[in-house]
Amino acid sequence: MTDISKSKYKNYKADRSKYPKMENGKAVIDLDSHKFTKIWQGPQHPGVTGNMSVELIINGDEIMKAKTHVGYLHRGFEKLLERRSYIQGFTIVCRICVPEPDTNEYCYSAAVEELAGIEIPEKAQWLRTLNLEMSRIGSFLMWIGGQASALGLGAIGQWTIGMRDFWLDLFEEMTGGRVYHMYMIPGGVRKNLPAGFKEKTRDLILKTRKLLYNVEETFFNNAIVKSRLKGLGIITPEIVDEYGIVGPNARASGKEYDVRMNNPYLKYGELDIKMLTSTVGDAYARAELRYQEMHQSLDLISQILGKIPETGEIQTKLPNVLHWKIPAGQTYMKAESTRGEHGFYMVSDGTKYPRRVFLRGASYTHAISVLEKLAVNISISDLAALMVSLHTCPPEIER
Amino acid sequence: MDKKNIKKIEKEMKLANEGLPEKERSLFSDVRPTSVTPLNKYLEKFLNWARAESLWFLGFGTGCGAIELRPLMTSRYDVFRYGIAPRPTPRQSSVFIIGGYASMKTVKRIVRSYEQMQGPKFVIALGSCTINGGMYYDSYNTINRIDHYIPVDVYIAGCMPRPESLIAGFNKLKEKIKAGECDGMNKYAENFDWYKKNQKRVIKDWNMPDFNW
Amino acid sequence: MKKIINRIKEKIEIVSLKQRDDLYFINVKEEHIIFLLSYLKEQEGFTHLAFLQAVDYDKYNMFQLTYMLYNYDIKVNFGIKVIIDREKSEMTSIHKLWAHAWQYQRELHELFGINFPGSPRVDESFVLEGWEEIPPMRRDFDTKEYSEKTFYQRPGRSTNDPKEYMKEKLYKNFVEPPKIRREDD
Repeated sequence: MTDISKSKYKNYKADRSKYPKMENGKAVIDLDSHKFTKIWQGPQHPGVTGNMSVELIINGDEIMKAKTHVGYLHRGFEKLLERRSYIQGFTIVCRICVPEPDTNEYCYSAAVEELAGIEIPEKAQWLRTLNLEMSRIGSFLMWIGGQASALGLGAIGQWTIGMRDFWLDLFEEMTGGRVYHMYMIPGGVRKNLPAGFKEKTRDLILKTRKLLYNVEETFFNNAIVKSRLKGLGIITPEIVDEYGIVGPNARASGKEYDVRMNNPYLKYGELDIKMLTSTVGDAYARAELRYQEMHQSLDLISQILGKIPETGEIQTKLPNVLHWKIPAGQTYMKAESTRGEHGFYMVSDGTKYPRRVFLRGASYTHAISVLEKLAVNISISDLAALMVSLHTCPPEIER
Repeated sequence: MDKKNIKKIEKEMKLANEGLPEKERSLFSDVRPTSVTPLNKYLEKFLNWARAESLWFLGFGTGCGAIELRPLMTSRYDVFRYGIAPRPTPRQSSVFIIGGYASMKTVKRIVRSYEQMQGPKFVIALGSCTINGGMYYDSYNTINRIDHYIPVDVYIAGCMPRPESLIAGFNKLKEKIKAGECDGMNKYAENFDWYKKNQKRVIKDWNMPDFNW
Repeated sequence: MKKIINRIKEKIEIVSLKQRDDLYFINVKEEHIIFLLSYLKEQEGFTHLAFLQAVDYDKYNMFQLTYMLYNYDIKVNFGIKVIIDREKSEMTSIHKLWAHAWQYQRELHELFGINFPGSPRVDESFVLEGWEEIPPMRRDFDTKEYSEKTFYQRPGRSTNDPKEYMKEKLYKNFVEPPKIRREDD
């Protein structure tokens, strides 16, 4: 060992002036010191999910502070629903979330039915369950394309979004609409299944499974994907409750909470369904969990197709919907969307119009509190991947 | 007209940039946009043909219409065969697709992105809500008609318009460009004060330069 | 669930209502809310705050705040309703109990004008930018009137009273409509 007092570096002192000032192990953020840069990611940015923006303070390429700004898609749905009658409101609720409109329709219709005291027929319940599971597949296919594209793997986006189009075709046959379906009308569903629908769906399930195995080979076994997603954005079990995290994000951290199994609605109680969880809690675990849930959804669709009764009513007769007054009351209906617990809180005061309708979307906490927490100290190039791995959907935050 | 008068008019024509803090005003441009007249009729015809065959649109999903832009780029609809491709930045793009309803916060970003685009530039407005408000006609936060804020060349009606109708809209835009009818940029420059007045009526905290070139 | 409600009843004065097997509501007084929420979170296992929202009853001059909790073990949603004064519109902040509660409080501050003293970032803008009117989710704010005043209407959209319209259009110069062949003819 050399004696440092004799070496020529004895007076050497690292030049810390170029580094940010540290206090208690944390950098002091001072924009005037020229060591930090403030940049905006979004809303006009392809790497942002939907239309929101993140205000970042970076040092080098490391994010020191993140702040989410939403409101670019605020349409005031809750205000609009206050001045629309119950049946008019039904046509606009599906516009709240674009990739997955059916969960909104179901929650709204179910809330209206519960307040009005309507039971819907057996077959309508099966058709609703089928529609909900199909919309889950569509949303997941879109998500996995986004997750791969955020890492520069554009081919998977081309495959899965192309495949999602065939699911949209099925929706079009079933409901008449490609993106917005307006299918689950209060009191039942609008249309019966078209002829030959079951065979087509079974065929498409096989095709989707084949595509998913290809995705597994190219995406989940990819070394770059693994190295970038593993360890990114770890959600520990402690913060799940604290931040109100739900859905696959919570299940990947070991929290057993899935509305379909915890509080079975429609026909989920009669289906063979198992809670999928993981314990790692990073972006890769979440991606894997969602991948398994896609297979689970495909399973459920084939189960439902086998169990739908051939005949039966699909609608309960409603009173004259133009003058439909609903007894006063409050309720909260929830369902499992691809992002987690999705619910409608409806307050009726006995008139033709609802007093208040509130939508609880899972992204509300995921995109703001959780993202702001997880984005700190990661590289700016990983932010898009983190955002997609939380599966945020801005329209349901700001409604 | 003597020189003094011209200088005075020039000074009046300059943009005030009143939304910016006073010390920052000198950092931004205060020049108005000007309308462009084609040099040569035959050259312009050729240029219009070239412009119509490579429409690069800005990848800014301003509303829910953005969801039908993604399937357009897959093998099923494949808009690349029409010379249509997405670009990440306004500087590189020539078509701006307004994807549906525009909330007041988004209008500000739309104006900014539109002004940053380099000419010749065209606007396609997608969905019923850009035409007359659609089902958000009574919403306090979405504007009712987009053509009072930026000039629009082609409307595509529907909620949501199908990818096929988007392709039809692009083809209509091509026809219009080839016929030399798409002069939205000149219209914007000529009626600049009217557009600014409308924009400032809804964008309450105007904290950017008047013309974001 | 009945046991839990009875245990709460021993401590404070509440009114309970069963909406569904997995959804209960109770009404409590404003001053008990912090105690009740922390008791439910720490002792009874209602660890998940699903949402916090307000309902505007302008006729009775009050806001109703709803705290929706969820218990993972007994799988029950529990809504806690509090009535606050509409004029004063101030409420105790619960940001120390849940890390995402400030978001709901910020939203309520912006859209309803309810104040939560001490809540972090409560004055920041959430969805509105440069808003100058009264908070838009209050019942006395008329969104249609504001929209007509602020935005430009495209001519052609008109609303008619169906009765009057039919009289004017159809019966003034009444012409026998052409007969359409139906399937059952």
